Amino acid sequence: MTSEVVLEAEALTKHFPVRARGRAALSRGPKVVHAVDDVSLSLRRGRVTALVGESGSGKSTVARLLAQLYPRTGGDIRIGGVSTAVKGGGRHFKAYARRVQMIFQDPFASLNPVHTVRHHLTRALKIHGRYTGEESLAELLGRVQLTPASLYLEKYPHELSGGQRQRVSIARALAAAPEALLADEPVSMLDVSIRLGVLNLLRDLKERLDLAILYITHDIASARYFADETLVMYAGRMVEGGDSETVTQRPAHPYTHLLVHSAPDPERVRGGPAPYDDEDTGEPPSLIDPPSGCRFHPRCPKAMDVCRTRVPERTLVGDAPDHWVACWLFEDEGRGEGQSADAETDIEVTDIETTDVEGAEPEAAEPEAPELEGAAP
Amino acid sequence: MSSENVMSAQKSASQQSPDSTTSATSKTGQGNPVLEIRGLSVDYGVGPQAVRAVNDVHLTLNRGEVLGLAGESGSGKSTLAYGATRLLPPPGVVTGGSVLYHPDDGDPVDLLRMTPGELRAFRWSQLSIVFQGAMNSLNPVTTVAAQLTDVIAEHRPKTSKADRMARAAELLALVGIARDRLDSYPHQLSGGMRQRVMIAMALALEPRVVIMDEPTTALDVVMQRQIMRQLAKLKEQLGFSVIFITHDLSLLVEFSDRIAIMYGGRIVEQAPAVELYDNSLHPYSDGLLHSFPALRGPRRELTGIPGSPPDLRDMPVGCAFQPRCPKAFDPCGGSPPPLVRPASDPGRSVACYLHPSA
Repeated sequence: MTSEVVLEAEALTKHFPVRARGRAALSRGPKVVHAVDDVSLSLRRGRVTALVGESGSGKSTVARLLAQLYPRTGGDIRIGGVSTAVKGGGRHFKAYARRVQMIFQDPFASLNPVHTVRHHLTRALKIHGRYTGEESLAELLGRVQLTPASLYLEKYPHELSGGQRQRVSIARALAAAPEALLADEPVSMLDVSIRLGVLNLLRDLKERLDLAILYITHDIASARYFADETLVMYAGRMVEGGDSETVTQRPAHPYTHLLVHSAPDPERVRGGPAPYDDEDTGEPPSLIDPPSGCRFHPRCPKAMDVCRTRVPERTLVGDAPDHWVACWLFEDEGRGEGQSADAETDIEVTDIETTDVEGAEPEAAEPEAPELEGAAP
Repeated sequence: MSSENVMSAQKSASQQSPDSTTSATSKTGQGNPVLEIRGLSVDYGVGPQAVRAVNDVHLTLNRGEVLGLAGESGSGKSTLAYGATRLLPPPGVVTGGSVLYHPDDGDPVDLLRMTPGELRAFRWSQLSIVFQGAMNSLNPVTTVAAQLTDVIAEHRPKTSKADRMARAAELLALVGIARDRLDSYPHQLSGGMRQRVMIAMALALEPRVVIMDEPTTALDVVMQRQIMRQLAKLKEQLGFSVIFITHDLSLLVEFSDRIAIMYGGRIVEQAPAVELYDNSLHPYSDGLLHSFPALRGPRRELTGIPGSPPDLRDMPVGCAFQPRCPKAFDPCGGSPPPLVRPASDPGRSVACYLHPSA
């Protein structure tokens, strides 16, 4: 946990405008999709951070924001401690891309069908000024275990299998010799039997090249297998984070609990832990008009009054270092005892103050700061 | 589970002698098959360019059973389902075999020999399918009610409009959707709801067999579990049998009674779900089971399966899995191993030279 932070996001926010049509355009103000709200994370050298969530939770948007493919609505992205904002595809973007590279979900779509592997890799190497002839190509392909290189260089994408294609796109990302790699569901389009091969390759690269990897997935079991740290996102907000083993084995947030207990688990046939047995577990909310307070409260079996009105802050759970959760259930533990009475009066206060979610944000935006650690019991 | 064993024992018995006719099955009378696929082969294309996607597959679905069909993309699992139900679009051609449906009363009928009229009456009323990407198989320009009543009107033209609407509402209630959604268009429903509408539609005429082709692949795990649980409950209530096709073996282990695993167009192993999970015999099944990271228990280093799935245009000689198999030995390069009952456990079947028949 002590390794150097490569890429850092603080209170990252992205709202997509929705075009209002017909009467809505006249009657209401501009509507936005709250795709990502107040997301803070840091990628460290030689570590894999997993970002887990359902589709529509905003996890891919986070990756695209970190890659500077979208301009952000608010918050800050720091690379090597320096705040950066890149617009357009110019010189600045190229310099940024040299340090942060992305791998996309679908290797069938992310490679150009009319160009050979040689073209894809040569172009990437030349753009980043690292082309030193044939041997640099061979070295790249060797890194992703496509050897001998001569067998693959002249191939077109359609001549390769899904796993080989994904390896080529990883090689292309490595051509820039990046510090951080953003992998957006890198194995979900691949055949089951070759997924692990690609994940193991990424892990191997992480160790050899000391890369910081962001692994975006909806499969919490693979996050446990592959990532050092796991962050859970729900409806555009981060709800829990910590060491992968802790998050998957002792989930604190009710949503993480739901996620872990919904995942298929063959062990159950041998009397493993029972699955989540609520009849109707509901559906993710609309992000145009997200629920006030904690966004999970309409589905949460443990929702309290305070959950409907105020956004919970990050609180340390206390069962493992750096295991935090944004849930009112844990508020007391994180702040120490004797605060519960205050929490109750808080509810009334906020009722009077009315629920300005926007206003609550800066408070919740408290990053993974030393203050929180100091508050740990 | 013991009756399960008897069923699959009977099942593999009929497999070992593919030529044995229906009389053999009814004579023994042990299992209670509702759908029997015998020696089915499906090609894509004709002539020398033809690619064999399904090769001599035998599969029996018993009454009230959930049969899981697992395999990677290109293993022929969907082709098998569409071939068996005569839904395969050209260039797919069924080149051999028979598919026997055993009605609750009466003699078995061969789906592959039905006239178009018979087939039309048979589909949906006896056997229905929930398609892959079912979320997108609803008609976007008509309401849910129109699509649900359409099925009923086609098969039971004598019912009144009010009755059909009542039935449609009943069906939606069955899958846990509020009645006021009847007038919704598909785009007004979430993915999970669309999926449940598709399941409701498949159950509209109370079929005896429902084939589900990756029904939950496009959904999130939370919704997936909700739908699977609902399905299990409906199955108990209505007593239909399910063929469940998916690539997610860990889901199958939890939800199905028996699992058949396909590779390169053939079934390589078939066993009761728990036995397959505890002790898989075929190296491919074993590899597939070890391709899913576990959510609990010790964190193990997993390898997946080296190599990539076979190209149907250029299948390996002998066992299709042999180039990727860690345990391949001499006989594997010969002829493809037949699906037999292994000497070690006659209650299941496997196609591997490591496990010769008794």
